[in-house]
Amino acid sequence: MDEFIVRAVVGGLGVAVICGPLGCLMVWQRMVYFGAALSHGALLGVVLGLFFALDLYFSILAVCIALSFLLLYMDRFKNLTTDTSLGILAHATLALGIVVLSMIPAVRMDLMAYLFGDILSVSWRDVFWIYMGGIVVIGLLGTIWRSLLSLIIQPDLALIDGVREKRTRLTFLVVLSFVVAVSMQVVGVLLIVSMLIIPAACARRFSNSPEQMACLASLFGCLSIVLGLAAALFFNSSAGPSIVVAATILFILSMLTGKLQASQ
Amino acid sequence: MQSGTLIDLHNVSMFRGSGTILDDVSLSVGRNEIVTLIGPNGAGKSSLVKIALGLIQPDQGFVTASPGIHVGYVPQSINLDRSVPVNVTRFLQLSGIREKRRLEQALELVGGERLGKKPLQDISGGELRRVLLARAILKSPDLLILDEPTAGVDISGQASLYALIQSIRDQTRCGVLLVSHNLHIVMGDSDKVFCLNRHICCSGAPEDVQKNPEFLYLFSQENAATLGIYRHLHDHEHDLHGNIRLPDPIDRTASGENT
Repeated sequence: MDEFIVRAVVGGLGVAVICGPLGCLMVWQRMVYFGAALSHGALLGVVLGLFFALDLYFSILAVCIALSFLLLYMDRFKNLTTDTSLGILAHATLALGIVVLSMIPAVRMDLMAYLFGDILSVSWRDVFWIYMGGIVVIGLLGTIWRSLLSLIIQPDLALIDGVREKRTRLTFLVVLSFVVAVSMQVVGVLLIVSMLIIPAACARRFSNSPEQMACLASLFGCLSIVLGLAAALFFNSSAGPSIVVAATILFILSMLTGKLQASQ
Repeated sequence: MQSGTLIDLHNVSMFRGSGTILDDVSLSVGRNEIVTLIGPNGAGKSSLVKIALGLIQPDQGFVTASPGIHVGYVPQSINLDRSVPVNVTRFLQLSGIREKRRLEQALELVGGERLGKKPLQDISGGELRRVLLARAILKSPDLLILDEPTAGVDISGQASLYALIQSIRDQTRCGVLLVSHNLHIVMGDSDKVFCLNRHICCSGAPEDVQKNPEFLYLFSQENAATLGIYRHLHDHEHDLHGNIRLPDPIDRTASGENT
């Protein structure tokens, strides 16, 4: 097997494993659109990184974290719904990204690679980043898992039990930014959110506990990566979107098995 | 603060925008004491509860709590989004207490021993109240604060919940602060009733408050005449379906099942 395929599989599996628990937390908190806004920010991060000749991982991470804080801050204006502030930020950052991009004539950037990912060109350095980042992400998630779960189900009870709400939510946002930065290369800006939520949605109907759902989501994510990459090689289709299509097919199958179980 | 006083609210006021939510409210809860806070919708009951819990700070006045006390809280609602797969036992574990025996004991005490494996979203309103109560008593609280503990529970279930709260108080000698807008059943066993409508309209023993003109005026629209003071008989209690069960927790399972 060619080495680039090995790198793609290894990198993709790493991303899928990280996305499992994080995607569940997004689904439970109804943060899908938040994730979409962050991923638009990732594109701005790429462009700024190119513009100032910074490390792309660093610039994506910086922009995503800044965006998280901005969103939290905008949430305080009660006469704007979260929906609206997310919509403004998501599209403003996207537009700003494209504007800055057009000001860099010297760099010939393959925009499509950033929008839809370029998993087949993942380097060993990227794989290293995915796994290093993954260890940090899983570790951080482990420290806030119970607190965040408690906050999701009943914030007041969580606070009385001594959960530190701000710290917990900020940690989650930083982790989410991290994951957006590392998964961008795999499925691209436009499809990151699907890698987070579709496997989580698949896992829901087979799970009896939050932890089980997180593990199953990782598993469904891995399956999507393998099936999507196989399809990409077989049909010569683009890899990122093929992975998302594979995940969607798994989701439809999970719905159908649920229907079958219900009718029996 | 008097000895035996668990929590003391001193002249607490709260303002939001140009409106007054709470105006100079003082009340205290002592050990082994049941205090009922009653008032119409919008009277500021939930704000007062959050102040008592220390979740929000009052704009004026202050709260003193006896040092080192544990507070158990039964909230009005929880997020029952179906996307979170969580059963009753796991929900109780989120409190930080993981020992199976303690979780089982708490569920048993509230008559919810069969609920442990059920998804939190699939239990009835009355069962949810019991589960929330179980979570509140897990850490053996000195003070139990309940916000509308009978919301969404039918009349016989309400009576049974009040009996349960009473028996928890009797067993653990904790203080109880109970909030309700439900006029039809007020705990007759309350030691004190405070009638709140932004300020304390009147207070005293349940029988006295019921006759107080301020109380009658405040609740005239809801027909204070229909107010029933619930006194449970000590020889038996009812489960959620109104079945009679014996007060002895050991016999409870056996007698609670027979329909």
